[in-house]
Amino acid sequence: MIGIIDYEMGNIFSLRAALGRLDCQNKLVSQEADTEDCSALILPGVGAFGDAMKNLKRKGLEDVVLHWVKTGKPLLGICLGMQLLFAESEEHGCHKGLAILPGIIKKIPLGVKVPHMGWNQLKIVKNHYLFAGFSAGFVYFVHSYYADTKTENILASTFYGLELPAIVGRENVVGMQFHPEKSGSVGMQLLKNWVEQLEVVK
Amino acid sequence: MLTKRIIPCLDVKDGRVVKGVSFLNLRDAGDPVELASFYDQHGADELVFLDISASVEGRKTMLEIVRKTAETITIPFTVGGGINSTEDIKKVLRSGADKVSLNTAAVLDPYLVNKGAEIFGNQCMVVAIDAKFNGEWGTWQVFTHGGSKPTNLPVIEWAQKVEELGAGEILLTSMDCDGHKEGFDLNLTKEVCRSVSIPVIASGGAGKKEDFWQVFDKTDADAALAASIFHYKETSVPEIKSFLKDKGVPIRWLD
Repeated sequence: MIGIIDYEMGNIFSLRAALGRLDCQNKLVSQEADTEDCSALILPGVGAFGDAMKNLKRKGLEDVVLHWVKTGKPLLGICLGMQLLFAESEEHGCHKGLAILPGIIKKIPLGVKVPHMGWNQLKIVKNHYLFAGFSAGFVYFVHSYYADTKTENILASTFYGLELPAIVGRENVVGMQFHPEKSGSVGMQLLKNWVEQLEVVK
Repeated sequence: MLTKRIIPCLDVKDGRVVKGVSFLNLRDAGDPVELASFYDQHGADELVFLDISASVEGRKTMLEIVRKTAETITIPFTVGGGINSTEDIKKVLRSGADKVSLNTAAVLDPYLVNKGAEIFGNQCMVVAIDAKFNGEWGTWQVFTHGGSKPTNLPVIEWAQKVEELGAGEILLTSMDCDGHKEGFDLNLTKEVCRSVSIPVIASGGAGKKEDFWQVFDKTDADAALAASIFHYKETSVPEIKSFLKDKGVPIRWLD
């Protein structure tokens, strides 16, 4: 069972549909008790960083996620959910994040159109179980901010004015800046590889 | 490198796709979900549904289609037509659409773009602009109500205004070129792209694969949209993409 953190930030319909296509049972998680039968959590999200953290806190879910990660269980952050994994964000002021990964969320620099919207190529920079079965491909991005983090946390990048982290990760935590549930067969393969790894761990 | 997007557009009326889809070899080409799935499998980068239903019932049916489409396809899609309030936007996004497109509603109530962007994020607010050249003005004029009503808005100013209001993207249709199949309006597209820093989708006038090459080569358009040439199978998404790839245009390629 995969738990999807429900904190009222954006469209999770497609994500649930994608997991369903992988025959992967999933449920919404809005409190600690909901995680009892879960083997992994997904932190989705679309919208503003500050609002997202506020909602997570208000619903008591910040502690749920932090506790989850501390006990070594798998977490996948998607889009804004990936950005929340980092220490802080410069989006509309300065906001503290979950600080699971070191780094700062910054505005994509001038010189390219913002938001970075559309299909861009994944460049794999580190060996990882996520990349079993393919070497490269295109995925769908929609974001105006990016994670400025050390190379050691970056699993795949994409080029848009500069090399942006596309997939980040450390130990039990993975974050995807793009939307795997909207990224055709490549996105489905990445989700599948993540899900299959869970079964191995379990 | 960010790739240029090819976007088929489906006109839906009371739950059925209208215009020319009977030429596609599908079990039920009038079924929007089946057609959406067909284009997804053939490498379309995104889809646009335009709801042209006039009735309340038709609109309800559209939400059902949005839900089924989101369950079926794996690429993003936009829904436009009949969206007049944040409540309407919410319903469409909650049903699984990634973006909504506002046209007349944005002109009548520009603040709706702003409110929508604040609540749902800029990335899901597309403003559709129907543009026609006005000889007296010496520039393009915005039309609303499906192109039937002229406004006093110059296109360039309106495009800049919607960016300021929080639109994440502009869907720019040339009324002068639409239906002629002689190519996109390159001057219009070029001017709008030059005036804003958000992505622009060129629309209206596509007749052959070369037209897509022209619009990407001569303008900064991020995406190109077409309807009938896809539905009538005059060309196909793979054919256009293969042509663009040979020309060196960055496109998403399905292996």
